[in-house]
Amino acid sequence: MNSPARRIARSLATGIGVAALVVASAASAQDVPETRDFPQILEEARGQTVYWNAWGGDPATNDFIAWVGEEVEERYGVSLVHVKLSDTAEAVSRVVAEKAAGRDDGGAVDLIWINGPNFLAMKDQGLLYGPFVEALPNFDLVDVEDKPSNVVDFTVPVDGLAAPWRVAQVAYLYDAERVAADTVPASIAELGEWAAANPGRLTHPTARDFLGATFLKQALVELVADPAALQAPAADATYEETVAPVWDWYEALRPHLWRAGAEFPESGPAQNQLLADGETDIAITFNPAEAAAGAIQGRLPETTRVFFLEDGTIGNTSFVAIPYNAANAEGAMVVADFLMSPQAQARAQDPANLGAFTVLDLSALSAEERAAFDVTDAHPAMPAPEEFVRVLPEPHPSWMTRLVEDWERRISG
Amino acid sequence: MRGLVLDDVAITLDARPLVGPLSLDVAPGEVVTVMGPSGSGKSTLLAYVGGFLAKAFAARGRVLVDDLDVTGMPPEKRAVGILFQDDLLFPHLTVGGNLAFGLRAGVREASRRRAIVEEALAQAGLAGFADRDPATLSGGQRARVALLRTLLAEPRALLLDEPFGKLDAALRQDVRAFVFARARDRGLPTLMVTHDAEDARAAGGRVVEVG
Amino acid sequence: MTTRPDVLRAAPALTLALFLVPIGAGLLGTLAPAFGVLPAIGESGFTLDAWRTLAEQPGIDASIRLTLTSGLLSTALALVFACGFAALASSRPGIARLERALAPLLATPHVAVAIGLAFLVASSGLLVRVVSPWLTGWERPPALAIVRDPYGLSYVAGLAIKETAFLVLMVLAAQGQVRAAQALAAARALGYAPLVAWAKVVLPAIYRQIRLPVYAVLAFSLSNVEVALVLAPGTPPPLAVLAMRWFSSWDLSLYPVAAAAATLQLAVVVAGIGAWRVAEAFVKRIHRAWCERGRRTGLAGPVLALGGAGGVVSGVAILAAIGVMALWSIAENWRYPDALPRALSLRTWERALPTMSDLVSTTAAIAAAASLLAVILALACLENEARRDLKPGARALWLLYVPLLVPQIAFLFGAQVALVRLDLDGTLTAVIWAHLLFVLPYVFLSLADPFRALDPRYARIAAGLGASPWRTFFTVKLPMLARPVATAFAVGFSVSVALYLPTLFAGAGRIMTLTTEAVTLSSGADRRVVGVTAFLQAALPLLVYAAALAGPGLIAARRRRVTLREGTP
Repeated sequence: MNSPARRIARSLATGIGVAALVVASAASAQDVPETRDFPQILEEARGQTVYWNAWGGDPATNDFIAWVGEEVEERYGVSLVHVKLSDTAEAVSRVVAEKAAGRDDGGAVDLIWINGPNFLAMKDQGLLYGPFVEALPNFDLVDVEDKPSNVVDFTVPVDGLAAPWRVAQVAYLYDAERVAADTVPASIAELGEWAAANPGRLTHPTARDFLGATFLKQALVELVADPAALQAPAADATYEETVAPVWDWYEALRPHLWRAGAEFPESGPAQNQLLADGETDIAITFNPAEAAAGAIQGRLPETTRVFFLEDGTIGNTSFVAIPYNAANAEGAMVVADFLMSPQAQARAQDPANLGAFTVLDLSALSAEERAAFDVTDAHPAMPAPEEFVRVLPEPHPSWMTRLVEDWERRISG
Repeated sequence: MRGLVLDDVAITLDARPLVGPLSLDVAPGEVVTVMGPSGSGKSTLLAYVGGFLAKAFAARGRVLVDDLDVTGMPPEKRAVGILFQDDLLFPHLTVGGNLAFGLRAGVREASRRRAIVEEALAQAGLAGFADRDPATLSGGQRARVALLRTLLAEPRALLLDEPFGKLDAALRQDVRAFVFARARDRGLPTLMVTHDAEDARAAGGRVVEVG
Repeated sequence: MTTRPDVLRAAPALTLALFLVPIGAGLLGTLAPAFGVLPAIGESGFTLDAWRTLAEQPGIDASIRLTLTSGLLSTALALVFACGFAALASSRPGIARLERALAPLLATPHVAVAIGLAFLVASSGLLVRVVSPWLTGWERPPALAIVRDPYGLSYVAGLAIKETAFLVLMVLAAQGQVRAAQALAAARALGYAPLVAWAKVVLPAIYRQIRLPVYAVLAFSLSNVEVALVLAPGTPPPLAVLAMRWFSSWDLSLYPVAAAAATLQLAVVVAGIGAWRVAEAFVKRIHRAWCERGRRTGLAGPVLALGGAGGVVSGVAILAAIGVMALWSIAENWRYPDALPRALSLRTWERALPTMSDLVSTTAAIAAAASLLAVILALACLENEARRDLKPGARALWLLYVPLLVPQIAFLFGAQVALVRLDLDGTLTAVIWAHLLFVLPYVFLSLADPFRALDPRYARIAAGLGASPWRTFFTVKLPMLARPVATAFAVGFSVSVALYLPTLFAGAGRIMTLTTEAVTLSSGADRRVVGVTAFLQAALPLLVYAAALAGPGLIAARRRRVTLREGTP
């Protein structure tokens, strides 16, 4: 919210026009691979304070970040400050502004929790530091074979410019006390039918929210005639036709949504609160362990369970990236490396903390390290391994951007 | 000459003459009474002498205290003590604290200050009152403390602005005698404003009518 | 002659500069890009492109409509509540005793109240739970759009409830100045029923006094973001929220649109106040005719009584809102339709403690610094006024109200440009300064009356005793004003704790307080954590209030014991 002002101010201050930036963005800045070895990075990181800009709407994630802060302080002497964003775009615009103003070092943002359109925007405009992930020892443990989203974000190759730290896959939460397990929808079409039969008991976060946009994207990947088309940027010529089935489905669904589809929760957690309050019965999530995590943390009823759609659901990976002008890039790399450590990953995967699935290849770990990941299976709300469905790739970010614009117009119009 | 001198003092409000021109010599130990109906500007005259005339008024003429021209001086430099109808003891200080506030700073040693304060109280028949809250005193006692506070600052002239107006008849005589006796003992030139003829009679000095 | 009096002489100018300069610069910084004057991108030609884009934004007209109706309606409601309460209190001592509860109600931040209210009245909220399912038969939360309803009614109610306390305080203060009791007695002696008498003879006199505070309430209601985020509908939201959305986009082309929206917000406030003034004139004519008709009883009685009841209900609602969030903070497993949690535990507090202790200390440090500065500046201005025998003018009062009348969003964006250029954005200094803009008016208003009411003869006595003006100020005036000074500090503190946008902008997101945290979390995160935040946010200013009420008494008692030793100046 503040960043555009900063952007303008910097431009005013330096005389570098924003127009120049727009032109410059076409020609991506030169990537500068990290060449130092990790001990040297550790050495230089000591004493730094890392400003990690990350969405702050989820207390469980906030607590996890706070724990990471304690650990990196103790282990490496790096202080971590969580700059709580309500939208990741805020951090992106801050970096955009700094570049426009010519502040090429000493930037205010050290680390961003990022993916999708925000990552693409930063990568395209040459706003990212690195490639750096190869310099991080724990990256060797990351599963790049079976979890392709760890290196390709929304069809965009990450190219070592961001470190993966949690895996996400779309699932749906429901309260088994109110919805019989054998009646849950198994496809997008069935979801529509279920909503028609249970008016007011389904909603999704506003599409301005990342998860809300994903609700639409899940319909897109399932309803589109040729899913392969989604791997390329949306083209003006074919866009309307491609997404038409999505809007047909959605307009049929909308009157049956909570508040008759006129009002939407602002975020995923707000949507889950409605589920907990009994106002709705089904909620989309990006975390198949959310039912277990929510139950253990007391946010969701003990009877909450998850279901998937049988043809597969969208999956992606959350990354952390470092802006090209970060004041504390070394500290940021140390934090990124720690996020990929078996200890941090095991803690994140424990539903008592976060319930986020690991990015690591567990077979690459020692037996002892692997054991730390076992607890997750214990909770009854965790889906059994055989329940998991195929992970569908994210469409190119442009699809999401356009879907959200469409949605905004339809809701307000 | 020693004493309080008003030299051709005139006060106007909105170009309308309010007081004077007035010239007056008040000798040490003398009490001059200024009398007049309400609104006649007699309190305004005292304000001018004391140095806190409100901006709305315009005034000319000199005020001299013991030959020193104090006309342009801020009130705190004039060494002119003042007593109002209300005793105006500072409510956040004890009786002793009020007196110590008045006692000139030249006396530095705490025990010495305390002794002077207690001595003054004892002479006024208020021995042992130093640690009392002013709110617990009777009207007469408060009036005396107010005068003691003024005297401890060692003024060279004294202004009395209807000082006995709020005291009941019996008390008034008592306090009046106390104030005038102290002023005379100290040889203070005193200018009193009142509309009570009895005050003027008790003062026994000249009476100037204004308004 | 020392130079210190000159410092004092500069106090009013310095004070005005401290808050008028950023507001002026901010407005300019918002206006220019709205009209295409953007030297930064090589555009300096006047254009209405941003306005055209703004007009095409989906839902913009509905947003303006919602903004205006909710702002005007909530202010009118709060005014009726406040007047009703004051009218009832002037004839019923039982009601008058409730006035003591005002300070805590006033000190409670908007966001905490809004969050609590949202849970109270939601269709799965406490009120429905208490009567369900045994009375209503609602085994499941009913499909009622109560919170964030499309008409903004819950938003109107939330604003009215919170602003009532402020207006009650203003009405009571005004009553003291206009000798309401005598006028009331005279009217009743002529045979007028108490409430009718109040409406006919007291109301016109006090309304003149409270007009500026009413405009301030109106301006806030028309332009706030934090209450709107919790209680107002989101599709579309009020204008200020829309402007915020566009400002936070990284899409550069939306910057002039956001600036245009912020400018439009300013116009909406101007129009709102204008509409209010028109209504004022209209009501005034009706009122006069009504007074001249001479009826001794009338509809005004029940209306005021109802308003008074609304005022009392507002107070209860605020307390209930905070109470229910406190309960949430220790709740385990509190599901619909349980009216109470099934179990209580402190685990949310234990988990939140490390984060919260940081937030509490930052919040308190900013609030204390801003309030202390405001108290010093206000005292300097008042002391200067007293020494130079100045009469406070009406124009000065308007200037003081500027930060409360100009919508925050309209100048904060622009003001941030200045902060960035000074390399002050994201610093505590900037946040404290931004808070000072809003803290100072309240501190000044709360301090001015007691300061001006202090008998000037105390200062004359002290001068007669040879005390310099500074010594008189520090040893006579300040101790005698200890209680009002402490109260003013507490008022400033509570204003600062509640500030959202100024913290967000000046702090560049890096400086977080209980309020920014509460707003970030209020979009839906774990209600127990929100409960902890909202409770702390409400408790912090209350503690300071309690200290302000108790502190000066203790200090005075101690002073009395030691003053004797402090003879030297």
